[in-house]
Amino acid sequence: MADLHGLAQALKQLDDQLVNCMRCGMCQAVCPVFAQTGRETDVTRGKLALLEGLADELLKDPDAVNDTLNRCLMCGTCQANCPSGVKVLDIFFQARAILTGYYGLSPVKKAIFRGMLANPRLFNALSFIGARFQFLFTKKADELLGSSCARFQAPLIADRHFNTLAATSLHARTGSLNTPAGTSGLRAAFFPGCVVDKMYPSVGLAVIKALNHHGVGVYLPANQACCGIPVLSSGDRQGFNRLVEQNVKLFADADCTALVTPCASCTATIKELWPEFYDGSADIGAELRRLAEKTMDISEFLVDRCGVAVFEPVPGASVTYHDPCHLKNSLGITRQPRQLLESAGAHLQEMEDAGTCCGCGGTFNIYHYETSKKIGSHKADCIVASGASTVTTSCPACMMQITDLLSRRQSGIGVRHVVEVYADRL
Amino acid sequence: MAQPNIQDSLVRDFAALVGAEFVMTGEADRYAYSYDAAALPPVMPGCVVRPGSTEELGRVVSLCNHHGVPLIVRGAGTNLSGGTIPQHGGVVVLTNRLTRIVEINEEDLYAVVEPGVITARLAAEVAKRGLFYPPDPGSQTVSTIGGNVAENAGGLRGLKYGVTKDYVMGVEFFDVEGQLIKGGSKTVKCVTGLNLPGLMVGSEGALGVFSRITLRLIPPPQSARSMMAVFASIRAASETVAAIIAAKILPATLELMDNFTIRTVESFRRAGLPTEAAALLLIEVDGHPAQVADDAVKVEQICRENGSETVTVARNAEERNAIWQARRDALPALAKLKPTCVLEDATVPRSRIPAMIQALQEISREYRLPIGTFGHAGDGNLHPTILTDRRDKEEMERVERAVAAIFERAVALDGTLSGEHGIGIAKARFLEQEVGAATIGYNQRLKAAVDPKNILNPGKMV
Ligand SMILES: Cc1cc2nc3c(=O)[nH]c(=O)nc-3n(C[C@H](O)[C@H](O)[C@H](O)COP(=O)(O)OP(=O)(O)OC[C@H]3O[C@@H](n4cnc5c(N)ncnc54)[C@H](O)[C@@H]3O)c2cc1C
Ligand code: SF4
Ligand code: SF4
Ligand code: SF4
Repeated sequence: MADLHGLAQALKQLDDQLVNCMRCGMCQAVCPVFAQTGRETDVTRGKLALLEGLADELLKDPDAVNDTLNRCLMCGTCQANCPSGVKVLDIFFQARAILTGYYGLSPVKKAIFRGMLANPRLFNALSFIGARFQFLFTKKADELLGSSCARFQAPLIADRHFNTLAATSLHARTGSLNTPAGTSGLRAAFFPGCVVDKMYPSVGLAVIKALNHHGVGVYLPANQACCGIPVLSSGDRQGFNRLVEQNVKLFADADCTALVTPCASCTATIKELWPEFYDGSADIGAELRRLAEKTMDISEFLVDRCGVAVFEPVPGASVTYHDPCHLKNSLGITRQPRQLLESAGAHLQEMEDAGTCCGCGGTFNIYHYETSKKIGSHKADCIVASGASTVTTSCPACMMQITDLLSRRQSGIGVRHVVEVYADRL
Repeated sequence: MAQPNIQDSLVRDFAALVGAEFVMTGEADRYAYSYDAAALPPVMPGCVVRPGSTEELGRVVSLCNHHGVPLIVRGAGTNLSGGTIPQHGGVVVLTNRLTRIVEINEEDLYAVVEPGVITARLAAEVAKRGLFYPPDPGSQTVSTIGGNVAENAGGLRGLKYGVTKDYVMGVEFFDVEGQLIKGGSKTVKCVTGLNLPGLMVGSEGALGVFSRITLRLIPPPQSARSMMAVFASIRAASETVAAIIAAKILPATLELMDNFTIRTVESFRRAGLPTEAAALLLIEVDGHPAQVADDAVKVEQICRENGSETVTVARNAEERNAIWQARRDALPALAKLKPTCVLEDATVPRSRIPAMIQALQEISREYRLPIGTFGHAGDGNLHPTILTDRRDKEEMERVERAVAAIFERAVALDGTLSGEHGIGIAKARFLEQEVGAATIGYNQRLKAAVDPKNILNPGKMV
């Protein structure tokens, strides 16, 4: 599909969705990227207009359109606030796939998406090796946060303060689990997600502890693959299909009430993107939809299904909560994580703009680090201003981004997942 | 890369002035400034410039004039009349780096702002200091003060509190040569010289480029009460509007929704609106608590006397919010029915609202187009919203004829083409119908005198 006309024809299939944008411009109020750059090409309205321009062959510059599409966090804030109900993320995912088809997937991405992510054994082995040797390249930056930064100039790492890969990943610690329902009569399939597995095993352990405490049986199969969002975001539909098939096979015949995840991105991906975007050849549609329906954010599951225990307030220390985009905008979940914190006896101190994006946005953070940092800097200001000693959230990717932000400031504020705070009291 | 009417040398001059990163000439960048919120075909500018200070803004203006290149100032690009579409190419000048609130004066009750300040941000800053800036266009979370003044934007509170023009005390703007012109002052009274603020309000970027605006602030009302009245006929609803005003009560807000809009909003949110009702009035009275209590009782009584079956008075913030949510939902709900909505703002004297509503129903039938009507009944400013699909050529032609018919009827009812959205490109050709050829000639001579090369937003309004 190397010609522009062909590209335009392919984009025409988005026409029915693109035309719903009435160009009212209300998305300017909410788009975090636009807030930083002030450029119309960085706000939803502009991106949709450009796609339409390309489809109508009024524009001849696919590179620029591709570029603007990638300057998006896929946070869904615009979609959640669009008066016209434009399915922005849908359009962007599809457009990215069409453009990736036009350009071809870069060899590096191909290697990662189809080689590594689709091959959990290899992914695990590589992270295992990485965890052993990362000390060579990194130095400790902040003791409290356990973050590190690059020892040497490394282009991808830049001056980030990141959490290193855990010495022992979650799967290495727990192995696979398959326990029967306890007192609750419930059984949960557990999808930790890559970041929890490899970077924040403590979050995964907290999930298991909470499930055990509530008498919920746990099904945690080995060799889970990535949920696929980074792959889909890069427009690799084929790679995405493969990951979905792999995961569906693992979870399909588990006899479970729910599939729980502590990762907002994974929850939204499984619930919404799997059914919507899987277009592979395997006949898994029904199973996939059943799984999607069952998928729940961990705090949603604990609060709505298990009936959480309520603990005495912890005096002094207060926590604040950051709403991950994928939980708030895509699934509308904002109450349960807060309720979980309060039942843990934490004093919840709301920050301003708790629901605005932290600026991570998956690969956005890699390709547009400066903008990402500026968006995050506002988040960090709000966190600090809340006066809380710990910031909590429901997404490990947000935890990484916020850790980077706070570590850079040496703010003395801890970063935790809500389920960790709850598990502490059990 | 720049379009023919922009010379490379001009682009270089801009870059030297404002910094290369704030001059955009790429195709995609220019395309992103080819449209606004009006359902009109896009036209590409030759380049886009973002000055970082008012001094730079003035220099940009004089450079454009020197080269005889069209200049289109753009705030948030939310106008509904094509006012920022670069009809004849040229340079789009963005004000979104000119966002300083220069001063909020709590003693003398005014604020001085740069043109790119977002309306809702100003309102919030002012409210923090216990003061009130009333104009609240539906687009206030993104629209700019410069755009509001240039369009004389109104809002839900227009009936009691007036529109943008009622708050503009002073303007500073650049003439085409980039000289700074000042009009008005920080005093409550001012009759020095020509009434330049009066001239510039609603000038749609065609007479000068705002660099600073002084706005009047007022003390906020101490309390408010909202209610929703249900009517079995539009006539009864609009007679109620007249009766409320005749009883010397001036609600802050008095909004009307027709049956089509009610049903659409209800299927959108399922908030329990009466779908059989021919019309709803949403009313808010505000002011001193004793007065509010008094007014609320009277309004309720007037509604009942005029045939309203049910009047619901909000007892708390939640119920009050539910009432206004219904109004806020009107546009989004209609917008979701069809891909394109053409939002008009024909305005008639209040007493003519029943006639206008009837005309709209006839037009809807005649041109076979769904039209939802809601709007500011209190000030006669209706928003007939035509639902369509801009890809359907045949239907869009019918829309165009329907729009012409709406204007014709409004003018015949002693009304006007636009209550708040401006003329822009969308309504330019209907202007003569309302004001006559001589008036247009006068406007054109005025424009020619201050902008001899016709560079300021050419092709708009006059
Ligand atoms: C969802 C929605 C709801 C709306 N609700 C209302 C409403 O309730 N009431 C209402 O009145 N309007 C409403 N509008 C219309 C629109 O928002 C207003 O006209 C608003 O004032 C435009 O502001 P802007 O900053 O977007 O200006 P733009 O659209 O960018 O520009 C509007 C005009 O102002 C000129 N201009 C901008 N800045 C300057 C400057 N510095 N100097 C000189 N000229 C300048 C431009 O050249 C143009 O002619 C609505 C629009 C939308 C999309
Ligand atoms: S808010 Fe929605 S309809 Fe309005 S411009 Fe943005 S995407 Fe388009
Ligand atoms: S998804 Fe987020 S970053 Fe992307 S356009 Fe929408 S609001 Fe902006
Ligand atoms: S969303 Fe992120 S963390 Fe979750 S599985 Fe996918 S890549 Fe891993």
